[in-house]
Amino acid sequence: MANKSVWSDNRFWQRSATWITGFASILLIWLTFDTSAQISMGTDEDIQNGVKKKVPGATVINYRITYEMDAKRGHEVPVIGGKEKFFGRDDWSEEEAAAMLHLGKLGSQAKNCMDCHTLLGNGAYYAPDLTKAWLDPAWGPDGSMQAMTGKSTKEEAIAEFLQHPDQYPTHARMMPNLNITEKEAIGLVAFLKHMSSIDTNGFPRNFGKIKGAINGK
Amino acid sequence: MANNHLTSESKQLATWYLTFAAILFGAQLLFGLVAAIQYIVPGFLYGILDFSIARILHINALVVWMVFAMFGSVYWLLPDETGIETIGIKAGKLVYWIFVAAIVVVVLVYLFIQIGPASDATIWFITEGREYIEAPRWADLGIVVVALTFVANLFLTGIKGKQTGIVTVLMADMIAFAGLYLAGMFFTDNISVDQYWWWWVIHLWVEATWEVFVGAIAAYGLITMIGAHRKVVEMWLWIEVAMLFGSGILGLGHHYFWIGTPEYWWEIGALFSALEPLPLVAMFVHVLYDWGKTQGAQDANGDKNSVITNKPAFTWFVLNAFGNFLGAGIWGFFHTLPQVNLYTHGTQFTSAHGHLAFFGAYATILVGVMYLAVQGKNGIKVMKNTKTSIWAVSMISGGVMGMTVSLTIAGYVQVLVSRAQMGATWAGYFDGQNGLWFTQAMDWRLILGIVTFIGFLLLAKDLLTTGKDPVHER
Repeated sequence: MANKSVWSDNRFWQRSATWITGFASILLIWLTFDTSAQISMGTDEDIQNGVKKKVPGATVINYRITYEMDAKRGHEVPVIGGKEKFFGRDDWSEEEAAAMLHLGKLGSQAKNCMDCHTLLGNGAYYAPDLTKAWLDPAWGPDGSMQAMTGKSTKEEAIAEFLQHPDQYPTHARMMPNLNITEKEAIGLVAFLKHMSSIDTNGFPRNFGKIKGAINGK
Repeated sequence: MANNHLTSESKQLATWYLTFAAILFGAQLLFGLVAAIQYIVPGFLYGILDFSIARILHINALVVWMVFAMFGSVYWLLPDETGIETIGIKAGKLVYWIFVAAIVVVVLVYLFIQIGPASDATIWFITEGREYIEAPRWADLGIVVVALTFVANLFLTGIKGKQTGIVTVLMADMIAFAGLYLAGMFFTDNISVDQYWWWWVIHLWVEATWEVFVGAIAAYGLITMIGAHRKVVEMWLWIEVAMLFGSGILGLGHHYFWIGTPEYWWEIGALFSALEPLPLVAMFVHVLYDWGKTQGAQDANGDKNSVITNKPAFTWFVLNAFGNFLGAGIWGFFHTLPQVNLYTHGTQFTSAHGHLAFFGAYATILVGVMYLAVQGKNGIKVMKNTKTSIWAVSMISGGVMGMTVSLTIAGYVQVLVSRAQMGATWAGYFDGQNGLWFTQAMDWRLILGIVTFIGFLLLAKDLLTTGKDPVHER
């Protein structure tokens, strides 16, 4: 053993592996604390005081949400604007909004949404990404989806579609009927609107800004 | 079983685990075919077995067969490594049946109940609706019990018997593997928090603990199949552990680019995940180097025979060394930088990488262990490739590679049309999906999926019959 190099010594590599793994794990745990604090859900007070949270509180459904280029950060960010009616009201209390979001999040799992769609870009690729679906021009006042359902607001149009997706076929690939009740549909729309307000560091890029090659900028 | 050459109970149990794994592997491919057909004929089984359900079964069968085969691999190598019979075999057998029964129930619920109302009861008894770990909460708890029993057996045996480097690595690795599952077992309304912890399970399994597991199995395979020097192999193993955990743990950051997490994950995720291919290169070099070294030493002694005592298993092990590097390393690196990932995230690019990585890094080596078990069970000294073995490995690896290329092309269409050109909206999504290149890629994917499935049938036939083939040396 006298002339053996440390580089061919198993003990050396075993210790190195242990130290490197330990160091990486501790760094990850430390970053997890920092990230957890940053992605905890905000409150109604935060929204009223203009405190920017990565994940705003559930009462964000009372407000207009847009997705705008932030010159300093170099990508788009969700912007919470003035009040906007959601199913006829813009004064949903913190409890009411939280209950709707809770039902919607539960519903998104109970119906296996993520096994056709992507949420925040994660899931299956058989159907469109839902990260900013609330902001999709197709559901807006001039959008084809809203027109198809015959409803006069975005939230009612989405809720109607979710309850009877098989009655509104847009493509050969159709969403199946998932027995979504009216209450669940409202919850799901709240969940979608809330998700669109999450600061996803600019993903997806240019969402809803381009109308297609012919009408594009 | 007649003519069973296994005297070790641990190895007997290993064959149970490996057999059920092979059955689930078949189920995985079958439901994959259903989903692949639905891309081309959307009405196929619409309202009966929708894409979401076919896909759940496709990816859950994948995860579960690999976990089964991993448990089986450990039960297989433990007596060889520790020099003693595995402790707690009775408990191991009991939880095997619990595990199998639970999986049958979960699959039946997926198939026939599929979804539930938006309530806690659905999360507990039908589906958790989170990709890869959809299994309902009761099954989660069952999996924890099963995993803990397995880890306990491994630890008790490892502590009492000879503690080789391979066993030490497996002990450390498997406890992390079992523990990480706990991160995926709670419900939250905050989807960013949800996905943060969900990735702890998915990423830290497949890009950290499972990779280290593969390193340990490859090390065992080199020692048993080509007689590589244990000291050298175990030194490589420790270096691989250092590199895999050193890059893989913080490489987790590449899943935190766009889920509501802070921007600093761009730099951390990019840096560490870009390093992730390095250990995979090392593993590839290591396998080929040891092979060449032992063969060369034997040649120098004037013995021109092959050093390999199990040709089909070694074929799969070498395929693993290369497939891991290509599928996990290269295809992963393609889209791991945030500048690229902004456009590729959530497209068929991910799917292409997923197919080649799971196959190259895990399916290959686990099939290799199945061949080792066939060899041991039938008391074969030198196991040769049969025509069926060669057809099976060629069709499966060619099929998966072809599917990967097809999905990569489909991913390019999505990136260019749906994302870059159309800005990721509903309309943009379908413009991409209806593009000629996309639809043709999906046709090829199905054709090559069928090739893969035929290859699997040949593999199953080979595993069942080759043991009795007189071509092998006994």
